[in-house]
Parts: sequence; C-alpha cells; structure tokens
Amino acid sequence: MSQVSKPLINVQNLTRQFPSPDGEEPVTVFENASFEIQRGEFVCIIGHSGCGKSTILNILAGLDEASSGVVLMEDKEISGPSLDRGVVFQNYSLLPWMSALKNVMFGVRARYPSWSKSKVKEHAYKHLSMVGLGEGAEKRKPSQLSGGMRQRVSIARAFAIEPKLLLLDEPFGALDALTRGTIQDELIRVWDDTGQTIFMITHDVDEAILLSDRILLMSNGPYARVAESVVIDIPRPRSRADIIHHKNYYPIRNYLVDFLTSRSKNISVKAANCGDTRDLKPETVRPGLFKEPLSTSDAELKAVDINHSGLTQTQLTGAQ
Amino acid sequence: MSINMKAPILSLILLFGLMGVWEMSTPSVKSAENMTEYEMLMGGASEEARVPPPSAIVTKAVEELSNPFYDNGPNDKGIGIQIAYSLYRVLTGYSMAALIALPLGFLIGMSPLAYKALDPFIQILKPISPLAWMPLALFIIQDSEASAIFVIFICSIWPMLINTAFGVAGVRGDWVNVAKTHELSTLRTAFQVILPAAAPTILTGMRISIGIAWLVIVAAEMLVGGTGIGYYVWNEWNNLDLTSVIFSILVIGVVGMLLDTFFSRVQTALQYQE
Repeated sequence: MSQVSKPLINVQNLTRQFPSPDGEEPVTVFENASFEIQRGEFVCIIGHSGCGKSTILNILAGLDEASSGVVLMEDKEISGPSLDRGVVFQNYSLLPWMSALKNVMFGVRARYPSWSKSKVKEHAYKHLSMVGLGEGAEKRKPSQLSGGMRQRVSIARAFAIEPKLLLLDEPFGALDALTRGTIQDELIRVWDDTGQTIFMITHDVDEAILLSDRILLMSNGPYARVAESVVIDIPRPRSRADIIHHKNYYPIRNYLVDFLTSRSKNISVKAANCGDTRDLKPETVRPGLFKEPLSTSDAELKAVDINHSGLTQTQLTGAQ
Repeated sequence: MSINMKAPILSLILLFGLMGVWEMSTPSVKSAENMTEYEMLMGGASEEARVPPPSAIVTKAVEELSNPFYDNGPNDKGIGIQIAYSLYRVLTGYSMAALIALPLGFLIGMSPLAYKALDPFIQILKPISPLAWMPLALFIIQDSEASAIFVIFICSIWPMLINTAFGVAGVRGDWVNVAKTHELSTLRTAFQVILPAAAPTILTGMRISIGIAWLVIVAAEMLVGGTGIGYYVWNEWNNLDLTSVIFSILVIGVVGMLLDTFFSRVQTALQYQE
C-alpha cells in the first residue's frame, strides 16, 4: 500500500455511547477509534465480543450513528447507507421469497436502475458463477440452499453492486469449518480479480491472517480502542494449505493470540483511567519482520525491541 | 393404502352412514289414499312437523340447482340469484374494508407512534358484534342494502387492519437493512421488501375477514330482508319449507368453503420459508 495516496476511508475519533438501561451515565462502548483504509486494501478487525466491532461496521455502513467523531470516504463525511458501501451480514440477509438469482438482481437493479432486464440478469448471473453458484442453484430460494450457499449468494450480491467499500460482518461465523475454508478461498479469488476494498469483522485469527493485508486489533470494551494495526507480511497469492509453512505465519499468529488472550484486557482499563486518546492512531506492528521467532510469552517484549517507535510506554506497562 | 386414500373412503362411509340413520329415523309421509279426510284438509301434515329426510333434500337440491337463476317475483327467486346477491354484498363491503385496512394497517405497522395511539380504538371497536351497528347504520345511511354492506365492511376491517399492522411491524430488521443499504426509496422499500415480507400475515387477516363476512351476511340479510341467501333461509322458514332451509344451509357451507379455499390458495402462493 503506498502511503502517498489518500486513504479511501478515514475514521477519526469515532466514539459510540449507548444509554444505560438504568438511566445512569451512558455506556461508552468504544472511544476515539481512528484508522484508515487504503484503496484496494483488505482489512480485518479482531476483538472480543462487546468491543464494538459490529457497531463500527454498522457506522461505516451508515446503519448506525456515532456519538462523536467522523468517517470520511474520499474526504466526504458519510451519512446514512449508500450503495458505495456494500454489506454482507452474518445471517446472510437474503430475501427469502426470491430465488438466489433474483436476490442478486435485486441488488444490481438498485445499483444500475437504467440497465435492461437482460443486462441485470447477465451481470447477476456472472457474479453468482464467480462464487461457484449457477447451473440450477440460482433458481432456488434461500430456504432450499445450505448455509454456505446462502452466504455465497450474499457475497455475490455485495460484489455485484460493485461498491467502493465492501463491509463483511463475520460472514463465515455461522458456517462449518470445511465450508468456511472453501468460501474463504473464493473470497480471496474474487478479491484478487476485482481489487475491491474490504473491511471485515472476524473472530478467527487464522482467517484474518489468510485474508487480510492488515489486521486492526481492538481492546476490550467498554472504552475499547483500536489499539494496533498489524501488517501481515506474507506474500500473495496465499492459500490455506501453504500459508502455515511461511516463516512469518507463526510470529504473526502468536502475536495476535497473545494480544487477544492477555493484552486486550489491560489496554482499555488504561485508556479509561488516564489520558487523552484523541487523535491517537493505532500503532503499526509488523510481527512478520521480527528477527527471530517468538514464543507467545515474550511476544510483546520482542515487539518493543525491534519496533522502537512501536509500542508506547502505556501499552507496555498495560501489558504487564 | 396411504392415508390420502383412506381418508376420502372413511369420509364417504361416514356420509352415507349418517344419511342412512337420518333417512331411517324420519317417518315417511302417508300417501294420499291412506289419509283421513282431516289429514287431507290439513295438507298432509302430521301434528308434529318433521325434519325432512336426506332423500327429500337431494331431490330439492337437484331441482334448485338445475334452474338456479329463475325469478318469479320478490319471494321466489332461484338459489343462484340469492347467492349472487349475498356475494355481491360481501365482496363490496369486504373490498371497501380492504381498501382502507391495508394502507392504514401499513402505516400503523410502520409507525410505532400510530400503533400505540390507535390501539385503544381498535381494541374497543374490534369486539363489537357487527350486527350491533345495524340500527345506527340504518338510521344514518337510510338504505337497507347499503346498511348490510356497511355491516360487512365493519366486520371485515378489523382482522385485516390488525394483521397488516402486525405483519408490517414484524418485518425483520435485517431485510429493512438490506433495503437501506441498497438505497431503496420509501415507496420501493414498502412494495419490494415490506409488502412481500408481510404478505403471509396480511393474507391470514384477509382470510379471517372473508370468513367472518360470510358468517355475518346471513344474519344481516335475515334482518334486512328482500334478497340474499340469509333472507332466503328466513323466508323458507316462514314458509315452513324445512327442505329448502336445510338445502340452503348446505349451500352456505359450500360457498363459504370455496371463499376460504381461494384465500388459502393465494396464501400458499405468497408463503415463503425462512
């Protein structure tokens, strides 16, 4: 990713509060989340449940509103949903009274209202075949499709409207491991072909490493933050079979697991207790470039050794 | 033998069994030669009126159905004409109710405020027997025909209104979000997402309504008089023609079943599986 080009998405000091049920002070889910997404980049966001990942995605989609902070897309503030930002929901969100093809056509027609019916159909069918559906399956209704096939339709619909940014909310969360693998491969292939910018939520560390250029790590809520941005230094094209043999795979994986198991808890506490976190961009970390392999336990120390400008003192003490 | 083959056979056995018992339990009418002079004078009727046997009803049915549309003046019209009058009233009142209930129900379903504000009115008006409106309708409208249609209107509006509002309010948020992320206009969202999503619930309301309307029209026509299947039943009762009464009861059942079957078909066509 070239640093010179303007980012597609610029998220600045995003904060979301929910009114608490007992009418006391509102609950701050996350605070001052700031990050950028470059054009053509595949960014995953990982964090524990309740840290507000889905809320961030919904704000990017325009389905939710931030309490404060802005999201700029090509330097324009976003407000409300738009066809420029396609969404794939975890529960597929297909319209059950329409066939798979009609569901995709629904999206295409919304995007290109001037197209003729045959052109809409052709475009929809092309995208269904891209995710391995067609030859009869397109005529079936969602209830007649397996979970994996439904998610394929949903992905095809999102790609077919050719949005500038594609938002995936744990798209594979409800699928079994085998199906998940196949669809991950398909997603990578389609992403390679289209150069689509993707922002995706996942709980699965391996999935994130396989798919993304960069992983944003969120600390635990409340007062969650986008704490770090981990660059995945593994060349593409990647495949599920080979990626685990790459020398950078385990350093990155250990780093991520370590963050999720221990460090994510402490960062938010620190953030709540002290200091102004405004305009604090997540630290960029490149565990793949660490000189020697790490064990999980000393991952953060090594990270500091190699990446002097990397972790701040706050984060380091927070980790201990 | 599958259950689908056994069931109709059992139905036929029950039908003929019950008709047999009914037929045999009805004493036959003496033929004219054996009557006393007194009996002849009384028109052949015994002292106790008797329910006619099924054979008499079948004969009556064949006779009526072979010429359903004759018209011999106000009190002697074919069964087809009477049914047509009733259907006309039911469908007119029902369509008017649908024209108001469906859009209004849609609005109520879309707006939680309207839902809450109108709920007390609906809850009070809904349980009122439609016939209770009859005197008021007759006084205001001053036309018995239109009053009957109004009674049908008022009885069929509630299930449609409530089910439409309920169905629209219950459309899954995910589907509405799909409409939002695709930048659908309000109108398009209503017709392309919410209407098909709520259609099965709305159709259930329409089916309940047509059932109630058909129940109510018989009673309304008994009150209003003049024409229609309800009037026909009452008129034949006044004529002491129980054969015709039973025959028309059966006709009411068959027409009601056909109306219900029609809506059930439409409902199946619009049903979707999640």
